Order: sequence, then structure tokens, then C-alpha cells
Amino acid sequence: MRLSMDLELQDIPGQLLLALQPLKENKANIISVVHHRDRKTPRGMIPVRFVLEMDRSKIEALQTKLKESGISVVRAGEDRFMESVSVVLVGHVLDSDIGDTVKRIDSTGFAEVMDLALTMPGVDEPSSAFMKIRATGKAEIQKALTILREVGKEKKLLVIEPIEAEAV
Amino acid sequence: MRDVKISLVGYGIVGHGVVDVLNRKKKVLRDMGLNLKLISVSDHTGTVLAEDGIDADKILGERTLANVATSSMKGKEAIAAIDSDLMIEVTPTNIVHGQPGLGHMEAALSSGKHVVTSNKGPLVVSYGKLKKLAEDNGVMMKFEATVGGTMPLISLVERTLVGNQIYGIRGIFNGTCNYILTRMTEEGIAYTHALSEAQDMGIAEADPSYDVEGVDTAGKVVILANSLFNMNVKYSDVDVTGITGVTPEALALAKKRGYAIKLIGDVPALTVRPTLVPLDSPIAVSGTLNSAAIYTDLSGTITVSGLGAGSIETASAILTDIISIYRTKRIDTIF
Repeated sequence: MRLSMDLELQDIPGQLLLALQPLKENKANIISVVHHRDRKTPRGMIPVRFVLEMDRSKIEALQTKLKESGISVVRAGEDRFMESVSVVLVGHVLDSDIGDTVKRIDSTGFAEVMDLALTMPGVDEPSSAFMKIRATGKAEIQKALTILREVGKEKKLLVIEPIEAEAV
Repeated sequence: MRDVKISLVGYGIVGHGVVDVLNRKKKVLRDMGLNLKLISVSDHTGTVLAEDGIDADKILGERTLANVATSSMKGKEAIAAIDSDLMIEVTPTNIVHGQPGLGHMEAALSSGKHVVTSNKGPLVVSYGKLKKLAEDNGVMMKFEATVGGTMPLISLVERTLVGNQIYGIRGIFNGTCNYILTRMTEEGIAYTHALSEAQDMGIAEADPSYDVEGVDTAGKVVILANSLFNMNVKYSDVDVTGITGVTPEALALAKKRGYAIKLIGDVPALTVRPTLVPLDSPIAVSGTLNSAAIYTDLSGTITVSGLGAGSIETASAILTDIISIYRTKRIDTIF
């Protein structure tokens, strides 16, 4: 699974290495490391964000080990939603029950609406919405778009999808 | 010097452009070794004939040929009677039955004349049959001007990118829609307002449905699918949504987040629909411009853009097609 983890390191030499050792021991594959030297916390600690690919069963052992080394784990959580897509909807977006439209995506379990902006120029005029959907993977994004297309047909909404980067 | 006798069928905006361009480029063409002689021009009122070549100045001022026609022959009758090497077909397009262009092109090809056209209708309705007719008669049919106007696309794929596998082509193929969407975005004006502005400027027709409902773009998608992807599809195979439902609010919401909304035609997906295009994408061109992204295996993505319509611009694509017919050397004739 993919995991993102925010750590705070003391501002003394060797701390990053200290954090890496437990990762190695628990066979965590590092996807990215962002080391914010310039954004010290009020306590003078240095925030570091790791994105890791690792076995779910080893997370607890990893956290314990890090704490033992004097490194504080501020946050650790699964990165479930790795892909996102933007869509514009035009029509009677609100009157056709926007709550239901969002629920149809959210209820899938693999995708959710993370951002929604609505413009309503007048009572009888069509409204427009910008919607950002995130999902667990590329295939799930496509599934979410399929659902949205069906909802669009049913509710007579114009669904404007993004052009894909590559036509493969 | 190679003499080529040309008949022009159709004398509207594009027809005038063709007469003008052939006249302007006479010297350049001669330097190339081509003497392109326009020996007849026909429209719905009649035909002007001149064996030694028509004097462009005599007819360019005329809106139709009614006052200058030297023969009452029209259409297929004129095509059959006039001994030319190549016909340029630029009559008004009809995407449902393809006529009168379809009949003109069949007549020309079966009598052994090359055909160069900007007329989408016949190709949308009957590409496969026309292509076979050309092959059976040992002549060529060229139609660069039907898609994207002066923007090189068909010849780019067929010649320059030959050897590449083409995964797909996506683009803006209708300048009228692109103008309307651009103006709606720039000024925050409603669709109907932007449309009437486009009509006043001569960018949109009095009956704009052909453009704004996506019919024109879908026709181009069919032509690209059949000619470049060997797909054998019809107009009804394309899933079409036009731009009439797009609101200025939708455009503003999209823009705020880094997107333009453009009417995008997609081959081989066979769709025409308003689509979010990142503002920094090379195909997100503005105004009446057309653009196309060609996705290939060896060359990555190639993007072209250019003017999609206009009298001289369309005539330029026609001229390129004519020259390419006479400059083409087949591989098996070289060795």
C-alpha cells in the first residue's frame, strides 16, 4: 500500500539518516522525500514528508522504531486517492439534486468528490459546476467518469470532461 | 514544362480563391515546371470555357458566372464534355447526401480526371467508393482542404509522418465554434450574444446549426477516420455534442482552474464534444484558429495549428494538393 508520513526531525546532523534506518529495516520503498529545512516548526524542528510503498502489517513496527529513535511521527496515513480528474457540469445542476450527483460518486468507495464550485446566474437559467473527483487509480477515474456520464444523461446535464494527455 | 488542364466546379467563396491563387502563382508554378491552365469554371448558372486558360481578371469581379458564361453546360454534363486532366470540386457541401459534389466527383474520377476538393459532403457520405473509383481509374483524389482548411494535417500524416503508427488525432476543427467559445471566455458574454457577433463578422452563417451543433466537426472526424485510420465509418457513427449548451459561467469556472473549454473532435474515438483543455496545451488556440494534436509511436505528439477557413487559405490547401499530384513519384517508378 501507499502511505504518506510526516515526521519532525531535530535540527542536528545525522537525523535524516536516523529516520531512514527503520524504513530500510521494514522494507519500505521510498517514493518521495520532501525535507523542509526552511520551514522549521515553532519548536525548531524540521518537517519531513515521506511517501512510502510498504506492507500494511509493518506500519506499526515502523512507527514504534521511529519513536524509539527520538523522531516524532506527526501524521501517518494511507494515500488512497492517487488520481484526480476535473469535470465541468452545465444544466440544472442544483435542481437535479447535486447532493445525489455527489453521492453517486462517493458511494462507489473508490472515488469521491473533493472540490465543487457552483455558479448560478439566475433562477431559470442553467447553472454550471466545476467538480474535482479523486480516485484510487486510473481505472477507477474512468469508472467514476462513466457514472458521471450516466448521471448526466439522466439529469440532462452537459458533462465536459478533460482531454486526456495521450491517446493510447 | 508539364501542361495540366484544370476544370473548376463551384464558384463561391472558395472558387474565387482558387481562381485568384492559380493566377497569382502562375510564375512560381512555371518555375516548378508546371503550367496549370484553368480551362473551365462552372457554377449553377453555366460555364466559362477558354482552351488557352481563363483570364482571371475577367471573372474575379463576378459573384456568379451568369453574366460571363460562354456555355450553358453545368455540373456533370460540363465535366463529361470538357477534356481536362484535373477537376477542382468546391460546390456547397451537403453532409447528408453529398450532392451535387458527389455526382461531380464520380463523373470526374470515372472519366480519368484527378480530383482535388474542399467539399466534405461527398467524402463523408461515400469515401470508400470514391477512393476505389480513383484507384480503378488510375487517378488521384486529394482533399487536404476538407479538414482544418490551410492547416496541414492529412498530408502531414500521410507523407511526413509516414512510418509512424498514429494512435489518434484530437483537435479543434471548426473556427466558428472556437471563435464563439473564445469570445464567451474573454468577455463573459452569453452564447447567443457571441453567436450574433460572429454572424455580424461573417464568421458564422445565418443558420449556424451546422457549425455550432458539431455537424461540421463530425464530418471532419469521419473523413480523418476513413482516410487516415481506414475505419469505414459513417456520420451516424460519431457521438456528437455541440457548443450551444456551454455557458459563460462554465467557461469562467474552467478558466479559473487552468482549463479552456473547446469543441474537440477525436479520432478514432469518433466523438465531438465540448472538452476541458489545459490552457497551456498547444491545441488550446483562440479565435478562429484550428489545431490538431497527432499522437504517434515514434514522434510523440505533433501539434499543428492554422486558419481553418477563408477563401485564399482554403485555395492554398487546394493548390498544395494539385502540386503534390504532379510531384509524386511512386517508389516503384524510382527503382
